Amino acid sequence: MSILVVVESSEGKLKKASREAVCYAAQVGGDVIALSLGDTPEAELATLGANGASKVLNVAGSFSSSEEAAVAVSEAMNSIDANLLVMAQSAKADMIGGRVAVKQDAALVSNVVGLPDTTNGFSVKVSIFSSKAFAHVALKKDKKILIVSKNTVDVKEEGGSANVEAFSVSLPDSKVKVTGEEKASGDILLTDAEIVVSGGRGLKGPENWGMVEDLAKTLGAATGCSKPVSDMDWRPHSEHVGQTGIKVAPTLYIAIGISGAIQHLAGVNSSKYIVVINKDEEAPFFKAADYGIVGDAFEVVPKLTEAIKALK
Amino acid sequence: MKILVCITHVPDTTSRIAFTDGNTKFDSSGVQYIIGPYDDYAIARAVELKESNGASVTVLNVGGAETEPTIRKALAIGADDAVRVNAAPTDALFVAKQIANVAKNGGYDMILMGRESIDYNGGQVHAMVGELLGIPSLSPVMKLEVDGNAAKMSREVEGGKEFVEVAMPFVAGCQEPIAEWRIPNMRGIMTARTKPLNVVEPVATDEAVAYVKYEQPAPKAGVKMAHSVEELVDLLKNDAKVL
Repeated sequence: MSILVVVESSEGKLKKASREAVCYAAQVGGDVIALSLGDTPEAELATLGANGASKVLNVAGSFSSSEEAAVAVSEAMNSIDANLLVMAQSAKADMIGGRVAVKQDAALVSNVVGLPDTTNGFSVKVSIFSSKAFAHVALKKDKKILIVSKNTVDVKEEGGSANVEAFSVSLPDSKVKVTGEEKASGDILLTDAEIVVSGGRGLKGPENWGMVEDLAKTLGAATGCSKPVSDMDWRPHSEHVGQTGIKVAPTLYIAIGISGAIQHLAGVNSSKYIVVINKDEEAPFFKAADYGIVGDAFEVVPKLTEAIKALK
Repeated sequence: MKILVCITHVPDTTSRIAFTDGNTKFDSSGVQYIIGPYDDYAIARAVELKESNGASVTVLNVGGAETEPTIRKALAIGADDAVRVNAAPTDALFVAKQIANVAKNGGYDMILMGRESIDYNGGQVHAMVGELLGIPSLSPVMKLEVDGNAAKMSREVEGGKEFVEVAMPFVAGCQEPIAEWRIPNMRGIMTARTKPLNVVEPVATDEAVAYVKYEQPAPKAGVKMAHSVEELVDLLKNDAKVL
């Protein structure tokens, strides 16, 4: 069985989630072939061999629409006779997956959090209700597409490099014209970060974000915020973590001065460890946390930053 | 301009999530249903465009008769008429095929919906509808302005946002801050009662996926409280081993 895995990169480096997707496919078992769309360096793509890819198909060029990308993915599936497509969850994967499912008449599930169970058909565990519950979903078509959540499997590196082959495909004219872009502030992608430090209304104003940024910098973390904070324009919308904002799944999530409304929890409850810093010991966030400290953020956060600096 | 807005009928964000029948069915007892929060942005933007540019707004839901109060709320916010496809929304491809079937002869200039539903969170329907109709699909769209026969949008991409131009027709999955949520006023609620709500039967499709069984997450072990910053650092270093 051939499995196609679409991989993504950022600034020339493959995303960790894409490596996880390759490892996921390798654990499903079969000939794992990766597909890269865009301009990732060949040497970087070759390293996917260590994660379990036997070959990498490389489609050069820019993709301004999901229509073009879906054509490339679907043709790659045909060319290697893949009956399973695996992608790491991302805005892009969500845009491509649905189109490929229609082209291939495939069964598609997203938010996958476990390896397939093939004892009786083919089913996977997925998170639903913003990670407040799980479902076991049976895929009932010959062709299947799995969009896998972050941290579902560990990244394995077992040496070996994969052959990178150019894959050419004739693309439809794009009806979507990209006219510009705006990079979010901060060096670390919120959706890709291992550690996220978020601030809420308890910080009293945008002028107090320096200490959040200091802590984040010390930890190598991305910064986030609660919905009220982005609604009041203290921080950009791109930092809003929660139900209607960005959903994160870091190893460590530190919430400062955030009470823990259910809408915020919906964006963070896939985190491995949650630390809550709040002066109100009744804050509901403590119930969802792994570690907590009751205290004034203005005292706790700078002390915490210093203590972590001292460790390093 | 004709706008189709697809809405979901989902449990309120604060609902208790539980299952019945040996964990094979969602327990809807005592659950308050709402328009999906992302879909609320889609309706609000459609109504804003109706006010600023002139448009007719049709709202569409795939669901049983129990979803009609939710559809009426969308009419009260300012949609002109509604279509209910009379079927349980079993999976994304099924729902997409129902929407595409309604849309294919409707002459809609844009099809708006939320970026994802907040129950199954699949986030796939907009792309499937776009593919079924052979038109562009974009998501998550944070800004949408009409300019002649095209739309200018900003969409979220990893690490920032991208500005794009797309000719109509297209499908867009919406998210904040595309519009301000609207609360129906009394006049809206009164007029919604008499606005047309057409019920159509679904087109048949084969089953792609089946939700076999549900489960609750394992309960958290309980929070470990630190009484000093030193103790917190110690917990993170030696208990969680994340530092």
